[in-house]
Amino acid sequence: MGSSGGDYGLKGTLRELFSYKSGIFGLVFLLLLIFISIYAVFTIPYSEAIALWRGQEGVYLENPRNAQPSWITYFGNNLPKTIKIDSSVENAEGITKIVTQVPGSDIKLMKIKYSFEYDYDAFPSEFNIFFSAEFNESAPLLKIYWKKPGNTTQIKLLDYILKSKNDKLYLSRNQKVSEKLLQHTIDVLGTHPAIILPVEMSLFAVEDETMNSTTTAEPLKGIYEMTIEGTVFGEGSDVDGRLIVYGKIHGLAGTDHLRRDLTVAILWGTPIALAFGLTASLTISLLQLVLATVSGYYGGRVDSLIQRFTEIYMILPFLPILIMIAAFYKFNIWILLIVIIILSVFGGGVKSSRALVMQIKEYQYIEAAKAYGASSKRIIFLYIIPKILPPIVPGLIGSVPGYVFLEAALAFLGLGDPKLPTWGKVINDSFSEGALYKGLHYWVLEPALMLVLTAFAFSFLGFALDKIVNPKLKEV
Amino acid sequence: MVSSESDLAVKGFIKFIIKRAISIYIIVIIAAYLTVVIANMGGYLDNIIKGELYVSISMEIRNNPVYDGYSPEEIDKLVEERFQLEVKRLGYDTPFVIRSIVYLKNALTLDLGRAQFLSSDSGSRYVRNIILERLPQTVMLFTTATLINFVINIGIGLYLSRHYGSKLDKLFIALSPTSVIPGWFYGIFLIIIFASYLHVLPYGGILSVPAPTEPIPRFLDMLRHMVLPLSSWIISNFFLGCYQNRTFFLIFSTEDYVEVARAKGVPPRQIERNYILRPALPPIITMLALSLINSWGGAIITESVFNWKGLGLLTRSAISIFDSPVLIGITIIYAYLLALTVLILDILYSIIDPRIKAKFD
Repeated sequence: MGSSGGDYGLKGTLRELFSYKSGIFGLVFLLLLIFISIYAVFTIPYSEAIALWRGQEGVYLENPRNAQPSWITYFGNNLPKTIKIDSSVENAEGITKIVTQVPGSDIKLMKIKYSFEYDYDAFPSEFNIFFSAEFNESAPLLKIYWKKPGNTTQIKLLDYILKSKNDKLYLSRNQKVSEKLLQHTIDVLGTHPAIILPVEMSLFAVEDETMNSTTTAEPLKGIYEMTIEGTVFGEGSDVDGRLIVYGKIHGLAGTDHLRRDLTVAILWGTPIALAFGLTASLTISLLQLVLATVSGYYGGRVDSLIQRFTEIYMILPFLPILIMIAAFYKFNIWILLIVIIILSVFGGGVKSSRALVMQIKEYQYIEAAKAYGASSKRIIFLYIIPKILPPIVPGLIGSVPGYVFLEAALAFLGLGDPKLPTWGKVINDSFSEGALYKGLHYWVLEPALMLVLTAFAFSFLGFALDKIVNPKLKEV
Repeated sequence: MVSSESDLAVKGFIKFIIKRAISIYIIVIIAAYLTVVIANMGGYLDNIIKGELYVSISMEIRNNPVYDGYSPEEIDKLVEERFQLEVKRLGYDTPFVIRSIVYLKNALTLDLGRAQFLSSDSGSRYVRNIILERLPQTVMLFTTATLINFVINIGIGLYLSRHYGSKLDKLFIALSPTSVIPGWFYGIFLIIIFASYLHVLPYGGILSVPAPTEPIPRFLDMLRHMVLPLSSWIISNFFLGCYQNRTFFLIFSTEDYVEVARAKGVPPRQIERNYILRPALPPIITMLALSLINSWGGAIITESVFNWKGLGLLTRSAISIFDSPVLIGITIIYAYLLALTVLILDILYSIIDPRIKAKFD
């Protein structure tokens, strides 16, 4: 093809597209989304994405709950990262482990000392110890001590007997620890505090009157020390503990109420949204086109039948029926897609395309085709449809966001795909967990902004294409 | 003579309306039947009705003093026997095709049965009462939204068509793609800004808790709660709506008869009113009706976002606790709502559009 003004090939269209701001806008957004999709599919395979998303707490036990995205610290919020120290790791930093055999017995005394620096402006969100122990009959007896920076005395937090080899000690939910810390606070302040601070705050708080309220309490910065003294019984017995001080930031996208890393959902939501929106829009537009052509070309009974159908479809309550189907049958997203296609084939597009077909039907080249004996099928698929295809392309692109939002809307109502992570489902989770009341804006905003990006990519692209393909609009 | 002619026109008009009403009602019947078939494919409707039957039989027997001396096992047996007989009597052993007609009749007469879990604020368990209690709130919010949008779009559309090619006009065209984002989605951002961040407007709901009892403060309180849902719909529709209207008026204002009127020196205001707006009225009314129909659908999600106690929020609660009679009832009500809107549109159309009016004479 020549590069003259009448070039309507891909190259020509692209070049024209770049002459519109909305075209450049749309293309850049779309490329970004495609890049994210490819990245998501290649770095996290489909099955792994589902496993990660469905893994509940098991996979994410060491992630903080409802943590903000890490980049939030660049805006001046010095929020804590999660601190993990494991005594089973050889020569780990901040750990000293001393084991002494009690002479004449198989009893061992051990002392594990963890020390770590804490210099954040906010309190950690949780504090747990995950043990990994070796023992036969008698479980190890443990004593846990805590030392704040600058203090010389240790606070004894807990006497503890391991319940299993991989026991988990949820310190921040432990009643005994809470009582011990309250007693300690009373000793320091001289009076009973106005409120009882949660364990993770009390462990890290500056010890003065500020401890009387959760809003005034401040974290003490410096080197903290925790000591676990243990008595283990039997040959080959051992105890190790993995200390986890949960922070308030995590990864690129933060975490949700089940500690799941939102990055998975944000990344994987992209290919799902693109595939869903494009398939729905493409299939529905093409089916409507074929129906319109058949209706307009054959006329008569076929035409009136198809037209009656479009009239019925106009009054059918589309969304309530779709919601009913989704609620009763719990389909996955791809079967839902087919349902949406079936519920939309006789939509408004049929009427407008039919009007075009009625005009084209009278053109001379169609008459010529009839004269040389071309079959109706040939005329419809090779002569009429290619002629009316270009004008509907912008509409096709422009209607993609509608279907993406439809999926999000269904997910928002709790009718999303049971397995896949989608943006709509994240928004649904955040709303039902009251993210907006709790100020966890990132949880809503991340998927919402991805949806906006997708919507703008397609609608701006469709808008620019419309100007190119249907130049009449330009004049008016 | 004149009076008989107009009589004839009225007769033709009535005939036309009746014809349309019948054909629209046929579509409602189809929608209702579709609902019945979809709902029953998993046997839900059967279970609902059988469950209701079982409860009523067991209540009847347990409350009947005649059976006071019976042991619980004997009563259970009695209930079971009576239930089986009743199932046979009601024809549950008949094929679905026949039964579905019965369901269809019930649905069309709004005999929607009892809800499984939900109940209305007044305590009724009947689906019809639950739905009718919620309907006014939905109609109020979304009719208001549609009407406000309608006025804004026509006003700005006319202004833009007068200043076509201006900077403002170009801005509206450039921003029209922002309208692909639905109202409920803008709503999320509005809640974040005005409720969660600035704390100036409520997160959602219809009235504050506790609600003011005096009528005027109560009304003002409701208005305050309407600000965000209404704004979300206005924002979503703003640029595209104005742009569409503007294009539409431009097409009408380039007609030859408008040029002639201008050449004759008809004042611009009069041209606008009599030569542009008047002929554009029928399609404008169509647009209004279509956006009204759209708003009923959009209500489901928007109400869920704003906790607005209407049909939409009812849908969400029905989904979350799986109350199938309510879901089926809502679908039927929606079919009626849409049909009614289309019928009203037809009546308006036949009054406004001279081409349709001419047919009656």
